[in-house]
This record gives sequence, structure tokens and C-alpha cells, in this order.
Amino acid sequence: MRNSLVLIAGALASPAAAGTVTVTVPRVAVAEYHRPYVAAWLEPAGGGAARTIALWYDLKKRGKEPGTKWLADLRTWWRKGGRNLSLPADGVSGATRAPGAYRIPLPADLRPGAYVLHVEAARENGGRELVSVPIAVPLRNAAGAGRTELGAVSVTVR
Amino acid sequence: MLKKTILLAAAAMCAVASPAFAHRAWLLPSATTLANTSQSVTVDAGASTEPFNADHAPMNVDTVQAWAPDGTMGKIENVSRGRYRSTFDVAIDKPGTWRIGTATTTVSGTFKLNGEPWAVGRARRGGGGAPGAGGMGGAGGPAAAKPAAAGGAVPAPANPPRPRIDPSHVVATVADIPAGATDLALTESQSRNEFFVTAGAPTDTLFKPANKGLEMVPVTPPTDLVANEPGKFRFLVDGKPAAGLKVEVVPGGQRFRDAEHAQELTTDADGVLTVAWPIAAYYWLSTDLTDDKPGEAKAAKRRLSYTATVEVVAP
Repeated sequence: MRNSLVLIAGALASPAAAGTVTVTVPRVAVAEYHRPYVAAWLEPAGGGAARTIALWYDLKKRGKEPGTKWLADLRTWWRKGGRNLSLPADGVSGATRAPGAYRIPLPADLRPGAYVLHVEAARENGGRELVSVPIAVPLRNAAGAGRTELGAVSVTVR
Repeated sequence: MLKKTILLAAAAMCAVASPAFAHRAWLLPSATTLANTSQSVTVDAGASTEPFNADHAPMNVDTVQAWAPDGTMGKIENVSRGRYRSTFDVAIDKPGTWRIGTATTTVSGTFKLNGEPWAVGRARRGGGGAPGAGGMGGAGGPAAAKPAAAGGAVPAPANPPRPRIDPSHVVATVADIPAGATDLALTESQSRNEFFVTAGAPTDTLFKPANKGLEMVPVTPPTDLVANEPGKFRFLVDGKPAAGLKVEVVPGGQRFRDAEHAQELTTDADGVLTVAWPIAAYYWLSTDLTDDKPGEAKAAKRRLSYTATVEVVAP
């Protein structure tokens, strides 16, 4: 609680990070298509704790093989800190997305500095891909793109 | 906890793996990273020239144990022995990093009683034939026993000569050596062959060294290895850094590429082995050394060996 108050104070002090990440889930021409699991997170460029900003997975599947079972397939996200999240996480967890472009607001409380935005996608009966886009706060537009499991990934100043 | 695992057993039982042997004993888990605590790993265990390629002999998994992160022991389930590899399951039902494998201490060798040669810890099978076949890689078992001796035929001289010892002149353990024995030539063998599984976030509760024998203390969490980052492992002998130790690092899946990508690396002054991974794969790490500091008073030599399987994923 206290943490979040501090974070809010930080946000008021430095609104330099107001921006949007756009992640494109590509259309894949296969007979058996499953929507990919996708994680997006930020890491300070000089190293440091990862901050997950979006996680799309099978939220509703329960039972012997719950949807969370395959989160470790997002293997880089999992290792960089995904495994420490308690799920579902407010404002982060969401259902898997059909092909299309989706917007994720960047946290407004990012301190000025250099970061790397990572977006990782893993698809059942499909591949896995990681796209990394260096970004700076105060924000400037930035873009990257995947080749197979992800389309364009961009950061735009709001 | 380690004490529990120390078994004085017949030499044929121990899962010794050594660069000196042509056949490498290996454990191959189905996964090393799990997202929850409601899953199991299923494990293949065999011995072959190429790690993880089941084409030679199954490993005896009777001595396999599973150490859970909280210090309790897991259960080894669904054990099965195939022609080329054994299998078993372990339910990973607690969060953190597990160690699963064998940790054995055996004493073997020879002595004399009333001028007759005797042996400790030798396999009795084969009607007094050469015991060498079964001892190879610890994975021999019945599959490796030569049937020739059973029919009273001339034993095949396939193995280097060891003193012929009457099968009745074999005792199982050091404790069974009769009083009055002379010419003791005994070697204590401590060996460990293991892999690691992490459910959720990794823990290091099982990596506090006991400062006895050869131990590996991970520097990089052993379930966090990525092909583009070096993996670091610290080796200790009796709690002191094992500097200059040669370690074999061999990836599996060799038939899917031309290069073997095997490396022999050496630990630094702090006993730390730094591995640059040529490819993403399951890797077999193995090392051994011999010294003259056995824990068993009657033994003159000590042979220490350590083997681990680690998974190195693509970045």
C-alpha cells in the first residue's frame, strides 16, 4: 500500500513516461491455430528487476492442467521474473488475444532512464519469439518487429 | 540428510560415471522448469557413449532419490527398466529447486585371508567370471552380464586381468572383512549423478555444502541456464575450492548436427567452472578425481566423481 502511494507520488512528479505500447499478434496460416501466450515487460537497460506490464494467457482454464501451467513456456519472461508474480495480477493479466494490434499503456511512474521493452510470445503447436525494443524515458517513439510469432511492436508517446 | 544417502553397497550398484569409462551414465528429465506444483517430471536413465542417446544399457535406479527444497524426500514412482534405459517419475509437489539423482559411497577392493585372495563389494554373478563387464558405468546390471560363463564355457577374456577370486571369497561391505585379513587394497568411491528441477522461483536450500567429498555448488541457478549467458558452477573437495579440476561438458542430440560440441574445461583458482554453451541443449557435466583421503579408515584411496545434467535453453 505504502509502495503504491510512493509510486503515485512518483507519477505526479515525473509524468515523462506517458506512452503506449502496441503489440501485433500476427495471423498465422495453420490448420490448428491457438492464440499465443504473450508477456510484455520492461527491464532497466543496465540490469535490474523486470516489471511485467501485460500477460495474456488462458485465465479461465482450471483443474488438473490450469492455464497457468504453460506460463513457463514464455521462458525468458518466466526466468526474468514472471515466476515471482502472483497471478492473476491486477492490470497485467488478460485473456489471450486473436490476431490484431493491441495497446498496452506504459506505466506512468517510470523514472527517467534507459529501458528495454521485451515482448515474448509462445503458441501451442507453434513457435516462440522474443522482440526487444530499447526505449528511453522521457519517451520517444520506438519500434521493433517480430518475424514469426509477433508482428510490429511499437512505443508511442501519448 | 546426506548421511542417509551414504550406502555401502556392491560396486555394481553404484551409478559411477567417469570420463575414464567409455560409457557415460546419464539422467534425462522431461523438464527442469515447471510453472506450478501439480506436475511431475519423468526421467530416462541410461548409460551409453553419447549422453542421452539410449543405445546401450539401462541405469540401475534403485538408489535414485529426490531431495525436495524443504529438506524432505520426494517419492520415486513408476520405475521401469527397459532394454536401453530405465524410467521413473517424481511428483514436483513443492515449490523451489529440487535435486534428483544418486549419491552413493561404496568401498571396494581386495584383501588376503590365510594367503587366499578375497574381494570386497564385487558382483557375485557370472560364476566367478570377470566382474569388469557389469561394473562399467554402473549401469550394467543383468543386461551386461556375459552369458558365456553360465554354460561352463571358457570365460571370454574380454577384460583386463584382475585377480581371479573364488565367488565364495567375496564379502559385501568393509564391515564383513574378517579379523586377520591382510594386504588390504581398498578404494572408497563417492559418486553423485543428479539433475535439478525448479517449480516456480529457484531456491538454494539444497546447495549448502556439507564440506565432505566432491560437491558442486551452483553459482548460476542450475535451472536458469541460457545459451547466450555463461553458466557457473563451483566445485569443492572437502569444503575447499577444487582448483584445476577438469570437467567434461557434453551436449546431447549429436546426430542432429555435425559438431560434437564437447568441451573439457578446467575450474579456476576458486574452483569455479565457467561454461560458454555452444548451443542450446541438455548438457552432461562430469568430473572425477582420486586422492588418498578416504573417510573409511581401512581404505587407502578415495575416488570422487560428480555428474550432472542441466538444461540450457535458447535465449
